[in-house]
Amino acid sequence: MIKRETNRRHLIALAGAALVALSAPAFAQDKSIVVSSTTSTQDSGLFGHILPLFKAKTGIDVKVVSQGTGQALDTGRRGDADVVFVHAKSAELKFLSEGFGVKRYPVMYNDFVLIGPKGDPAGIGGTKDIVAALKAIKDKGAPFISRGDRSGTHVAELDLWKAAGIDIAKDKGPWYKEIGQGMGAALNTASASNAYVLSDRGTWLSFKNRADLVISVEGDNRLFNQYGVMLVNPEKHPHVKKEYGQAFIDWLISPEGQKAIAEYKIGGQQLFFPNASAPGA
Amino acid sequence: MTMRAPDSDLPIVLEDVRYGVRDLIIIDGMSLMLTPGAPTVLIGPNGSGKTTLLRLMMGLIEPTSGRVTWGGRTHVPPARRAIVFQRPVMLRRSVAANIHYALAAAGIGRHQHAERARDLLEQAGLSALAERPARRLSGGEQQRLALARGLARDPQVLFLDEPTASLDPAATKAIEDVVRAVSARGIKVVMSTHDLGEARRLAGDIVFIHRGRVIESAPAAEFFAHPKTDDARRFVAGELLV
Amino acid sequence: MQEKLMHADTSALDLVLSADPALMEIVRLSLLVSLGAVVAAAVIGFPLGAVIALTRYPGREASIVVLNALMGLPPVVVGLAVYLLLSRSGPLGTWGLLFTPAAMVIAQTILVTPIIAALARQTIEDLWTEYREELAAMNVGPIGRVATLLWDARFSLLTALLAGFGRAAAEVGAVIIVGGNIDGFTRTMTTAIALETSKGDLPLAIGLGMVLIAIVIIVNALAWGVRRAGERLAG
Ligand SMILES: Nc1ncnc2c1ncn2[C@@H]1O[C@H](COP(=O)(O)OP(=O)(O)O)[C@@H](O)[C@H]1O
Ligand SMILES: [Mg+2]
Repeated sequence: MIKRETNRRHLIALAGAALVALSAPAFAQDKSIVVSSTTSTQDSGLFGHILPLFKAKTGIDVKVVSQGTGQALDTGRRGDADVVFVHAKSAELKFLSEGFGVKRYPVMYNDFVLIGPKGDPAGIGGTKDIVAALKAIKDKGAPFISRGDRSGTHVAELDLWKAAGIDIAKDKGPWYKEIGQGMGAALNTASASNAYVLSDRGTWLSFKNRADLVISVEGDNRLFNQYGVMLVNPEKHPHVKKEYGQAFIDWLISPEGQKAIAEYKIGGQQLFFPNASAPGA
Repeated sequence: MTMRAPDSDLPIVLEDVRYGVRDLIIIDGMSLMLTPGAPTVLIGPNGSGKTTLLRLMMGLIEPTSGRVTWGGRTHVPPARRAIVFQRPVMLRRSVAANIHYALAAAGIGRHQHAERARDLLEQAGLSALAERPARRLSGGEQQRLALARGLARDPQVLFLDEPTASLDPAATKAIEDVVRAVSARGIKVVMSTHDLGEARRLAGDIVFIHRGRVIESAPAAEFFAHPKTDDARRFVAGELLV
Repeated sequence: MQEKLMHADTSALDLVLSADPALMEIVRLSLLVSLGAVVAAAVIGFPLGAVIALTRYPGREASIVVLNALMGLPPVVVGLAVYLLLSRSGPLGTWGLLFTPAAMVIAQTILVTPIIAALARQTIEDLWTEYREELAAMNVGPIGRVATLLWDARFSLLTALLAGFGRAAAEVGAVIIVGGNIDGFTRTMTTAIALETSKGDLPLAIGLGMVLIAIVIIVNALAWGVRRAGERLAG
């Protein structure tokens, strides 16, 4: 009987302790913000490089939730993030016009690259013309992996098909596979099935499971990929931590933040190019 | 918490009690009165309804018709009654913990537990086995533990359902000794058996039942010397009743 | 490939042997979240299972079927439901729990509770058929009955806890949605594995997977030891 009592008391104490331990960080007035961002910034390792610098300067913890651009913006719409940091200008402007964002700040760009198998089944050769390359893939019916997840990269890919005069919704055949997943998963799928895939350069550079994949097309102006950052509108969502959020934005576009972005390299290659002051970016 | 009910559970009176399960009639119109005193022993062949009758008197099941009263009241919870089933269930705990459990269930104050448990274990001859898992005990030891558990309730009436069936003579004697001691302390013992020898050794009164009916109810000496009915005569003579 | 897998072993092994602080933090959070969910699910599931086992009410059979079916709740669906509930725009948004470990515990509690409740119901019902008359004869009330059955079935119920823990520890669909896989804050073993896979670092992903499996085996071994020792003492 006595044994039973103590046992039960232990259990209750354990449960209580666990709940307190787990909910404490949630309820504490902690110095942190939630940033909803894209898989490309996360998977490329950029945040791992710049966030410690920002924290050292301001003491603010940045918690990054990485999703596709569409989903990341929706997270902001629902008020589940303080800051959104994505790359799909038209979608960002829509977010602003709906009143969910305060102001959009351009931060940096990187570029997309067309990845494909070494064997080059579409015969793209060494062209710099992304539109010609996509036409060749379609004509040869060479396997192509699409993110299919409303992400910035997916939107960019759809725009490129349009530019090539291909109505992909209508013209796609068994060679075109939409996987509905993130950049890494798309690269894994391409690597496993020797397919072409459009990727941001950052994710590609830090991607380890390349197998036979190489860069097929790069350097075309149309492969340009602009990142913007916005504070979620505190008028829509009063709990938004606007001081901390704005501090993060201010830092990103400050000379110091821009320098930190430029300094992030993988294998000696710079991944992101700061352009906070570029007009119209 | 050891508050005793002001009223006694005795006498236990059955008034034209019937009990059936679906179409099967198991107890077929019994009227009986159990009063304080020497043990009442229910005898009768297997399947005659002894166990069912004990469960009715314990209050574990309700008559289909008729009524059972305890000290003149109906629906009295089994606070002052205890029963030892033919195959008692051992709680998955140690022998001592089984007793402690019964003491707690009977609402006996915690400060008394240690002492009461020691007495009960001693009485049941289980002191040496106190820390054993109850389910590992032998059949006879389990019966004695169940008996001790029943006595932990400090009952006014103790029901025993064939407590010595399938026990060897030594184990049987151990149980019968406890029963005698208990009865001597003024606890009313009501037990069933199909062993006539046991009935002779222990009974003050005999209730002879057959096919769900009370055939004869009489003081033991009278019953064994002059059974009134044919069935009782044949049963006492050791003939097979079917 | 063979070579790569060999490399997988060493890189994961290196992380474990060097007690890599990031890895330790991930392991700590995984254990805390899964065990927290199991404790919460036990607090709900055991009494719930006991009540269903011990009471008779209209629709009881149907509720048992539903409970058993809920053992297979899809984590993603639970994750999404909890997400919508805890979102700032959802009914419980003011709690501010989305993207926190507490949200992960809530989601996993929902996943684990049916497992624990269903297994407890079965165990307790079996024990109840055995104990029923004995407890009635000892005049034990409803609460006492539940307590007795839970206690006496404790070693069998441990299996239910382990099943729940296994589910929680292995699950990624719910925690990644409600936790957000935030580095150093809501990253568990399973979400880290998902992340490393998406980064194409399959060797590290497999290594982390092996660490996870090892942890689950250790927890089960501990529980097994407790069970054996307990049974020896209490039968
Ligand atoms: N719950 C029940 N359902 C069906 N039959 C029962 C039930 N309980 C007892 N019986 C039957 O009633 C008869 C009397 O049983 P019981 O009281 O156990 O007799 P005894 O204890 O004298 O051997 C037996 O034939 C038994 O099979
Ligand atoms: Mg019987």
